[in-house]
Amino acid sequence: MTTPKSTAAHRAAMAGAKPMIEIREVQKHYGDYHALRGIDLTIRAGEFFSLLGPSGCGKTTLLRTIAGFEDISSGVVLIDGQDMQDVPANRRPTNMVFQSYAIFPHLTVAENVGFGLRRDPRSKAEKAAAVEQALEMVGLKGYGSRASHALSGGQRQRVALARALILKPKVLLLDEPLSALDRKMREQMQVELIKLQRQVGITFVLVTHDQEEALVMSDRIAVMFEGQIAQLDGPEALYARPTSRRVANFIGVMNFLPARVLGETGDAVQIEAPGLGRVDIPMANVSRADPGDDGPSIGFRPEAVSLVAPGAQGANRVAEGVIDEVVYYGDMTYYDVRLDGSGSFDGQARPVRIAMRNVFGREVQDVGTRANVSWSPGSLVLFR
Amino acid sequence: MKGRGLRAYALIYLLFLYAPILLLPVFAFNSGTIIAFPLKGFTTEWFSQMWGNASLRRALTNSLTIAVSASILATCLGIFAARASTRFAFPGKGPIMGLIMLPLVLPEIIVSISLLVVLLSLGVQLSILTVILGHTLICMPYATVILSTAFNSLDRSLEEAAYDLGETRWSAFRLVILPLVMPGIISSLLMSFTISLDEFIIAFFLAGNEPTLPTYIFSQLRFPKQIPMIMALGTVLVLMSILLLTVAEYFRRRGIAKTGTKDTGGFL
Repeated sequence: MTTPKSTAAHRAAMAGAKPMIEIREVQKHYGDYHALRGIDLTIRAGEFFSLLGPSGCGKTTLLRTIAGFEDISSGVVLIDGQDMQDVPANRRPTNMVFQSYAIFPHLTVAENVGFGLRRDPRSKAEKAAAVEQALEMVGLKGYGSRASHALSGGQRQRVALARALILKPKVLLLDEPLSALDRKMREQMQVELIKLQRQVGITFVLVTHDQEEALVMSDRIAVMFEGQIAQLDGPEALYARPTSRRVANFIGVMNFLPARVLGETGDAVQIEAPGLGRVDIPMANVSRADPGDDGPSIGFRPEAVSLVAPGAQGANRVAEGVIDEVVYYGDMTYYDVRLDGSGSFDGQARPVRIAMRNVFGREVQDVGTRANVSWSPGSLVLFR
Repeated sequence: MKGRGLRAYALIYLLFLYAPILLLPVFAFNSGTIIAFPLKGFTTEWFSQMWGNASLRRALTNSLTIAVSASILATCLGIFAARASTRFAFPGKGPIMGLIMLPLVLPEIIVSISLLVVLLSLGVQLSILTVILGHTLICMPYATVILSTAFNSLDRSLEEAAYDLGETRWSAFRLVILPLVMPGIISSLLMSFTISLDEFIIAFFLAGNEPTLPTYIFSQLRFPKQIPMIMALGTVLVLMSILLLTVAEYFRRRGIAKTGTKDTGGFL
């Protein structure tokens, strides 16, 4: 996979940027249906921002609210400091790339890209040059005279991008733009979108249900459930320190074990978990947002733990268990390991998933063999 | 041989449908006044008689005026109805659309008589105008169905995209939606035109003293001497229909080639 785009330096630069979109207390009702339940959000200028969530969480409604396609029931939307209340979609400094791309089938590629320039006072030749430049930017140089309905999915996406970017909007809105593409094309477009965004420096707001897509492309991600923002963070923080079990579950895979809180010191919470024993969880990894119905629990990512040879020495702690299940993926192997004493709380066996990168010379373990699991307290997150 | 029975059935079916139409030109050029075999000789007498017939010309002019007006009216109203039904949700949408479709299943004789009663009691003079109104009413369901299909097949984002790119709601409609539903509009115009042109009952009740083509033909059938001329007229009408269909199909295929949509056979 591609590495997350955000470097620490990049993020630090972003943090100082001025706000481009400010959303305050935004509510949206459709009859009885409460689509947006008080959204507060600031998107910075030049940022690649993602709205991530399952279908029906309100992410698309929020995007369409920014675009001006939906009226809000209450609240304020500011773009570049200007209140958008009475500004219709056709006069907002935003342009949108639609999920279906919405390429006008009766127009050529160049006519599509130049569509928004109809009211532009520039001369025909200047507009044609602008179209050609926009096409070049998205890698479709020389495609201008083609019929737009003969294009492939990836090409249609590029035309939609060029058509939106030619107007030099302050904000580009992307509604699940990659969902119609096959996996290879999607991964290629992800990288191209990142490059394009850096090149033009326009604020991108992306709506997606694909957590991987959001992690790869975004500077920051707002995870939404049921019309509310559950967590707003950079990709790494979101992945490593989700503030609720729900967010943790939505983004990648996370193991959960029940936990008993034993005590609290200034910088850590001491807990006990089945199979792991007593652990001090650093305060930074403690989330008080959502304990879940079963009380406190700890979570850790499958790749945050590993199988080690018996008696291996290291800084990490080691728990023992039996391999329950082995799933071989080529580059990775997933082991489900039942830790000794994992049923000590309520008798329920909870195998934990461990992801191991396959390297030459390391054999894939068999089901039923005993295993040593190496883990460190710093990789655990406590939900209490 | 397998399927022989079916083949024979298909042949007989097609003969029954089209052989009578093929007889029209045969008798139109036959010099005998009686419509029967054997044929007598070749003549173009009936065509020149038709051309010189003032009341037939009047009927033809009336019919064309009515058909063109009714098809344009029905199509314009159909565009409103189709757009409203495919794009918006509003209270009473189901019943309203149902009422528009109702003339499709109402016996025309009932529609005609009730229209006649209403028009007379309102003191409206019967003329081709009243026929135009009646024909618009019965063409509306066809126009609405054809246009709804055309509007429905459009991605809603297209209009939003145009709006997003700075157009107004009206210019977005004109620049994007209208060109894309044009094949549907042409279909609707042709369909309404055809329905109106050969409609008899409403024309018979609402035209007053004005003849239309069908009522004129019907009135002439009482005079055996006129029948060969009617055959000539029928021949001309068949040729016109074929021409019209060819033109319609040409536009439909061009529309498909232009937008690259899948050819689903079309309406015609």
